[in-house]
Amino acid sequence: MTQIIERPAMNGDEAPEPYFTAVPMVPTLTMAQAINRALHDAMAADERVLVFGEDVATLGGVFRVTEGLAETFGEQRCFDTPLAESGIVGIAIGMAIRGFVPVPEIQFDGFAAPAFDQIVSHLAKYRMRTRGDVDMPVTIRIPSFGGIGAVEHHSESTESYWLHTAGLKVVAPSTPSDAYWLLRQAIVSRDPVIYLEPKRRYWVREAVDTNAPGLPIGRAAVRRIGADVTVVTYGSLVATALSAAELAEQHGWSLEIIDLRSLNPLDFDTVADSVRKTGRAVVMHEGPRTLGFGAELAARIQEELFYDLEAPVLRATGFDTPYPPARLEKLWLPGPDRLLDCVERAMVQP
Amino acid sequence: MAEVSAATDVPLAVDLEPVQLVAPDGAPTSEDRYTRDLPPETLSWLYELMVVTRDLDGEFINLQRQGELALFASCRGQEAAQIGAAACLRKTDWLFPQYREIGAFLLRGITPAQMGAVWRGKWHGGIGFTERCCAPIAIPIGTHGLHAVGAAMGAQRLGEDSVTLAFLGDGATSEGDAHEALNFAAVFKAPCVFFIQNNQWAISVPISHQMAAPSIAHRAIGYGMPGIRVDGNDVLACYAVVAEAAKRAREGGGPTLIEAITYRMGPHTTSDDPTRYRTQSEVDHWLALDPIARYRTYLQDAGVWTERLEERVEAKSKRLRSELRESVVGADDFDVAEMFDTVYHDITPELERQREELLTELAKET
Repeated sequence: MTQIIERPAMNGDEAPEPYFTAVPMVPTLTMAQAINRALHDAMAADERVLVFGEDVATLGGVFRVTEGLAETFGEQRCFDTPLAESGIVGIAIGMAIRGFVPVPEIQFDGFAAPAFDQIVSHLAKYRMRTRGDVDMPVTIRIPSFGGIGAVEHHSESTESYWLHTAGLKVVAPSTPSDAYWLLRQAIVSRDPVIYLEPKRRYWVREAVDTNAPGLPIGRAAVRRIGADVTVVTYGSLVATALSAAELAEQHGWSLEIIDLRSLNPLDFDTVADSVRKTGRAVVMHEGPRTLGFGAELAARIQEELFYDLEAPVLRATGFDTPYPPARLEKLWLPGPDRLLDCVERAMVQP
Repeated sequence: MAEVSAATDVPLAVDLEPVQLVAPDGAPTSEDRYTRDLPPETLSWLYELMVVTRDLDGEFINLQRQGELALFASCRGQEAAQIGAAACLRKTDWLFPQYREIGAFLLRGITPAQMGAVWRGKWHGGIGFTERCCAPIAIPIGTHGLHAVGAAMGAQRLGEDSVTLAFLGDGATSEGDAHEALNFAAVFKAPCVFFIQNNQWAISVPISHQMAAPSIAHRAIGYGMPGIRVDGNDVLACYAVVAEAAKRAREGGGPTLIEAITYRMGPHTTSDDPTRYRTQSEVDHWLALDPIARYRTYLQDAGVWTERLEERVEAKSKRLRSELRESVVGADDFDVAEMFDTVYHDITPELERQREELLTELAKET
């Protein structure tokens, strides 16, 4: 039995005002639950929203992030696809052309590679190449980054690929609340958004106020105020940076931690305000150093804030190797030690 | 009677002999599974579209040679295939073209100026095509088949009885995305017709190097959908087989893979030199199978072709050629700021900054 839903607004129509379901409490949720709640609320708010991918319906996703959506909204709106990532993104584009708001899942970061052509050649370019005729309100969720002891291809940092592709927006939450709100905002955005979920933080709990008005995409958060060194990071590593800041106190170094939340659009004003104050910046990300987002941030900081700097902008990152085997990943991933080494180099000039 | 799959109710065989309703000499064939009985005005309309498409195609080549267009990909020889396939559909059925479907564009009312803007390099893709339920052109090969399937799955969810037509080429069937598109369409019973114009050549590589299968249509068996071969130079046959596939799709019967056997009479694009890879005798062989000459003879014998029709077609052709020329020659470029403004619905601060940077740079130069 085909479930028929009302004809959605077409491209060119005004997007409906975001409608956020009222929940009479502030539940404590894991990040995985917060993402699930955001998907649920987005699907309830707008029947053009479709969720699909590998194992998302019957199983509820390999991380259970899509649990209950197929039961609640039916198999027309949440469905399992054949095992083909290019196909998943490709049909999302066709659905967007017909006025839907697809929220496909790529099961793991490493498996975004087969979808690369659809994302880069079509999804990102569609609006520009039709001179604005066709919006692509597609949000691609990708469980991302390392630190969970996984096999190959399950721990990749893909953000640089997307950030180097004009036409995409890229966000990476670090807390359950941000995970909820960034996803709600990504789904109502009429531009394609790559939503990178830090798997390592799926089970962190936090009270998530789903009634609070969500900030638009593109606002960074200062997670800790400090005076000596600005640490710019996102996703999984925000918690790492915060714990490093505690250790830094013992050395008498005061770290200011900025959680970018959104990598494109980039809230450079928040970074600049902090660096003007501290005069020192360290960028931290998991992915390989060469042409990682740290390279862009370091370039931008020195272009605009050169005369405010007391020290070179440094990068605490993964290495230019393939992501290592699980037994070695703790040594490879940037942790508090690698960050504090950079902080020391910034603080103690030769 | 071909064996039928118990699981999918789809024939487990494909007829290698293409469906043909009008023979190369213009005589009706003995084919009786399909009808060639269309109303005279439809028969005339198809003729008009084919002739105008060929004439406009020639004008595109002239304009490219005169330096007004960056490039052009001729559809000469493929008029019957693409016009027959698109003509049997409704205006609300979606087309997902590659880049050689001038006949299908014209049929949908996409203007010569809209097509000219693409080949002149004024803008990518195609502006305003989607207002005609036609996707912009797709330069990457085979990738847009998935868009067609997604649109068809959208139509299912809208409760429409519309059909989506994906135009692919023989080369495209080698791409992984073509496989994913066919498989998704079959799995979801998407109302999508895959129309493969097998024009024998993917730039310089012949179909014999693209695959070892008995035919492109034979691949349908593996996907669990009907596969049909049709004479792509026979407009009525193309019309008939696509109409049948579209009817099945509208009724919930799922997708069909159609292989239209045709020939690219010209080079791949205006940048190509086909004498490096194919013989004149091969081209001459296909010249004798020309879709327009054959159809004109058929219409004459059927009493549909008249001097008045020919005059009308010529007048229309002349008008569209001059429309194209006027829209292209010396045409103004778009405002450079648009290349920034159209990327996102909500432009990013960084892109705004870069736009101002370029505008400042240009202001200094002038």
